Amino acid sequence: MTASIATNQTILVVGGGIAGMTAALEAAECGKQVILVEKSPTLGGRTSMLYRYFPKMCFPTCGLEINLRRLRGNPNVRVMSMTEVAAVTGSRGDYNVTLKVQPRFINENCTACGDCGKAVSAEVPNVANYGLDKIKAAYLPHGMAYPQRYVIDPSIVGTPDGEAAKAACKFDAVDLGMQEETIEIKAGSVVWATGWRPYDANKIQPYGYDRYANVITSLEFERLCDPQGPTGGKVLRPSDGKEAKNIAFIQCAGSRDENHLRHCSRICCMATLKQTQYVREAAGEDAKSTVYYIDIRVIDRLEDFYQNVQKDPNVSFVKSKVARIALNEENNSPILHGVDTEGYHRYATEHDLVVLAVGMEPEVVGVQLPEDIVLDSSNFIEGSKSGGMFGAGSAASPLDVNRAVQSATAAAMRSVQVIHKTASTEAA
Amino acid sequence: MTTANETAVAKYRNNFLKEVEATVEEGHWVKMCMQCGVCAGSCPFGPHWEHSPQKIFMMIRAGKRDEVLKSDSMWMCTSCYNCMVRCPRELPITHIMHGLANYAYRLGLSPKGQPNQAIAKLFWDSALKYGRVNELKFSLAMYFRDGFVQGVKNALAMQSVGLGLMKAGRLNPMEIISGHTCKDTSGIHKMIAKAREIEDRRRGLA
Repeated sequence: MTASIATNQTILVVGGGIAGMTAALEAAECGKQVILVEKSPTLGGRTSMLYRYFPKMCFPTCGLEINLRRLRGNPNVRVMSMTEVAAVTGSRGDYNVTLKVQPRFINENCTACGDCGKAVSAEVPNVANYGLDKIKAAYLPHGMAYPQRYVIDPSIVGTPDGEAAKAACKFDAVDLGMQEETIEIKAGSVVWATGWRPYDANKIQPYGYDRYANVITSLEFERLCDPQGPTGGKVLRPSDGKEAKNIAFIQCAGSRDENHLRHCSRICCMATLKQTQYVREAAGEDAKSTVYYIDIRVIDRLEDFYQNVQKDPNVSFVKSKVARIALNEENNSPILHGVDTEGYHRYATEHDLVVLAVGMEPEVVGVQLPEDIVLDSSNFIEGSKSGGMFGAGSAASPLDVNRAVQSATAAAMRSVQVIHKTASTEAA
Repeated sequence: MTTANETAVAKYRNNFLKEVEATVEEGHWVKMCMQCGVCAGSCPFGPHWEHSPQKIFMMIRAGKRDEVLKSDSMWMCTSCYNCMVRCPRELPITHIMHGLANYAYRLGLSPKGQPNQAIAKLFWDSALKYGRVNELKFSLAMYFRDGFVQGVKNALAMQSVGLGLMKAGRLNPMEIISGHTCKDTSGIHKMIAKAREIEDRRRGLA
C-alpha cells in the first residue's frame, strides 16, 4: 500500500464502529478523501455484537448493511483493517500519522469459502461473543464482517495447523509470511471514533462477577439472547446450562460511582429495559425480570418504551442499589442483599441469573491519543487544542447507536470544515 | 441543655437540613446523598437498628428533627467504614453518624442509657481528664455502670482476660491509685477547653 494517496486534504477516521463508519461516509459523501482505520479484522465494532437495538427492537445487521453498501459504492473511502495509529505529529491541517498494520495472514484472494477454517483444529476465544465460546483459529470474525475475509490467528502461524490452512486454500489466499507493517501518511484532520468498552465488572467486588458463574455482564447477556450467539439464543445459566427464568438486572454497575466510573453511562437503563423484553421473548409468561435501580434514566421519546415495560406484569422494579451478592451454595443461584428506598425494606432475594448493566468507559486498548487531545474527567474526548482533531461517537461521550451516529456526523462536518480551510489557505 | 436545644429550634425553624449542615461534623455532605441504599445494605448492624444511614439522610431533608436526634440508630455505628468505602458519592457516612450522635448528645436529646453512648462518654471523660485513657478505671467504670452487684459479676466474668493483660504487661493494677496520665495534664485541659470554646462558637452551642 502506498502512502502517496493521502495528503493534507485527507481526513483520517480512527475506529471502524458505527460512529467511525458514519463519520468516514459522511465526509466521503461530501467529496473528501477519507482513510478509515480499524484495529480489529472487521468493521462494525460493538454495534455488530448487539442482538437488537432499542427502541425499535430491530437488528443491527440492518443499519450495518446500509452503511456497508454506502461504503462499497464510495471510492473516496479507503478502509484499513487490523491497523492501529501508533503516533500523530504535526498540527491542524498538516498531520503526520504513523500506522501499524498487523498481519492478517490472508490476502485479497480470499473468497470466504471457509476451507481453511475446516482444515484447522486449534481454537481461540471468540471475540465476537465476548469470549463466551471458542472459534477455529482460521475464522471469519462474524457474518457481517467487512472486509469479508478470513483471518488467521497468529498463534497457529508456524504450526502444522497453519500449514494445513495454507494447503486447504484453493485460491492461494493464505500467506503465512506476512509481517507487521509501518506506514506513514498525511492527514488534514483526524476523527477519533475509538469507541468504548464495558467497565471491568471484576472491579465491583461486592457483586462477585469474578467468583460467581451466574453473575454476567449485560454484554454477555446480549450474546446469550442472540440466535447467532454461543447458546443459539437460549438464556442458559453458565453454571449448569439450565434455562434462567428469574433474572435480576443491576443498574449502575460501575456507573455513577466515584469509586468506579463517575459519569452516568446513559445507555444502560434503556439496554436493560430492552433486555427484559428478550427475557419475555425467550421464556414467555414464565419469565420474570427484576430491575434494581437508583433512578431509571431514559431520555425524551424513549420514555414511551419505559412506560410499556412498566405495564409488563412480568417485569418488576426495585428502587435500590444492591449492596452485595451472596451465593446459594446448593444451586449456585446468586442472592441479592440490600435495602430498598421505597419503604426501606431489607431484602435478600434469590435469582437464577444476575445481569450487571455495566457502564461505558472509553476504549484505551490499542489507542494512542496525541498530546493535543483534550479529555474530560472520565477520559472521553472533548476535542483538540488546535481544533484539527475531533472525538466522535462513544469515544466522545457515552452514547447509544442513534446518538453516536449523530455525533459522528457532527464530527465529520467539523473535519470537512478544517479541510476546506486548509485548501483555501493553500490556494491563496 | 434545653436552652441549647431551644436556641437551635428557634434559629433553624423548620429547616433541619440547614441546622445539620451548620452544626454537625461533615453535615454539609447530607444533601449529596442520592438515596441508592448501598450504605444500608452494607451495614453489618443493618437489621438491628431502626433507621439506616440512607433513611436518616432522607429524614434530615424531610425535617424530622426529633425522630433523628432522639433516635439511637447513629449510636449503633461500630465505625467499620463499610458504608463509607462503598458510597458511590463518597459521603463520609461514618463521620456523619458520629457527628449526629455528638450533636444530639450536646442538645440533651440523645436516648438515655444507650450503652454505646455510655461507653463513649466514659472513654472520653477518661481521655480528657488524664490526657490518655486510663484503661483500668475505664473498664471498672464500665463494669459498675449498672450497680455494685452487677459490677462484681462483670469483673469476675472478665477475670481471666484481666489477668492475662496483667501478665502481658498491658494492664497495671497500680493505675487505680497513681493513674496513667500524660506529663502535662493541666496543659491538655487548657488546650481542650480552648478547642471546645472555638468549636462551640462555630456550632452555635456556646
